[in-house]
Amino acid sequence: MTVNITRKKVVEATIDILKKAETKLPDDVINALNRAEVRESNPVAKAQLKAILQNIKIAKDNSVPICQDTGVLIFYVEIGCDLSLDFNLEDAITEGVRRATETIPLRPNAVHPLTRKNSGDNTGIGLPDIKYELVEGDGLTITVAPKGAGSENMSAIAMLNPTEVVSIKNFILETVLDAGGMPCPPLILGVGIGGTFDKAASLSKSALLSSLDEMNEFEREILHEVNCLGIGPMGLGGSTTALAVHVRTAHCHTASLPIAVNIQCWANRHASITFRGD
Amino acid sequence: MEYHLKTPLKKNDINQLQAGDIVYITGNVLTARDEAHARILELTEKGEPLPFDLDGAIIYHCGPLMKKTNGLWEVVAAGPTTSGRMSKMTPTLLEKHNVCAIIGKGGMQDVSESLKDKCVYLAYTGGCAALAAESIRNVCGVYWSDLGMPEAVWSMDVVEFGPLIVGIDSKGSDLFSNVQKHAKSVFFGYLRANKG
Repeated sequence: MTVNITRKKVVEATIDILKKAETKLPDDVINALNRAEVRESNPVAKAQLKAILQNIKIAKDNSVPICQDTGVLIFYVEIGCDLSLDFNLEDAITEGVRRATETIPLRPNAVHPLTRKNSGDNTGIGLPDIKYELVEGDGLTITVAPKGAGSENMSAIAMLNPTEVVSIKNFILETVLDAGGMPCPPLILGVGIGGTFDKAASLSKSALLSSLDEMNEFEREILHEVNCLGIGPMGLGGSTTALAVHVRTAHCHTASLPIAVNIQCWANRHASITFRGD
Repeated sequence: MEYHLKTPLKKNDINQLQAGDIVYITGNVLTARDEAHARILELTEKGEPLPFDLDGAIIYHCGPLMKKTNGLWEVVAAGPTTSGRMSKMTPTLLEKHNVCAIIGKGGMQDVSESLKDKCVYLAYTGGCAALAAESIRNVCGVYWSDLGMPEAVWSMDVVEFGPLIVGIDSKGSDLFSNVQKHAKSVFFGYLRANKG
């Protein structure tokens, strides 16, 4: 069934959600930061959280990016099985990225991996990174999650020995420890357990889209241990090293135990739009 | 302690600061990150002059987001980048140039010896790019724009730029490394407890 979803609408929607994601943090993240600021007793940590909250307010009021690292642009697209489009969706999203880079503006971050030449418009080989999922119905949901490099660079993956389930928590803690203040804590940790080498990484990244208010007991337990490290906001000490932990699992080979930890800084930016088919 | 300092910073301005102090800076800063550091070292090694003056300068680890309006550059967002990536290049840079403060985020590794008696490392809250942009009042110039917007060297005038936390002072005290040492001991305690 074809619908009222046009190329022009997708290009404009891409710019809109990018603008929203880059300038306004989701409420669950702001609420978690506010709670942490109240809870912290360490004056340096409190000053960091105050600066972060003030920064979020300025970005929102002035409609400017929260962070100068406007990230590499990752899109999650849910396409209804009954939807048919008469234009190239990937091309439309990419065009939206080019225009948003100029109009919001976004920092041009995309470079060739070897020559390091900057493309100037946040597009390039494999960028924007668009991940597709087929869902029921005839709708289309586009989510953008800009990912900064400071936190991405501290992420880690391991192929554990399958008898070492107990090492999972150790690996998560060690990853946070090694990262220290570099990924801009307080962090949100996406953890992928199981699947394959790439599946674990992909689960750890999509886990970052979950609401900070929804954690199960296992996730809370890890969060508690992480915060006991005392790394604190920006690695300057304090009780808020992370705001949330989200774990996603997948069945894996009996001989494998992949684990991936995708580290996200406090600026857990994402925004979505849904089109309904008519 | 809290300090409000003006550039050019004097030796006493630097040496009075202790790890954990809060500082606000008014004056000029130069942005420099990975590629700019590499080029500074390359030209210095060849004995060639730099297009900007590093004597008494403040280096800001930052790749700003800029906008050109009516031919003039304006800052849109300019928070700090991860200083750790510049750790290896910094000792040589400090040996050859009289830089008196480095602003960045996340701390630096193995630089406290090179900072001694001459330079401090100041931590700006990571991600606070809109807050930082508010205290940048003037873009004085851009050097090496061939490196691309984030990697170029931008000369900027700032007013009450902060809060900056003294991360590493000029006596070798390193707040980040103290926090990491503590975190490491907690981690090893956790490992021991879990092995039973």
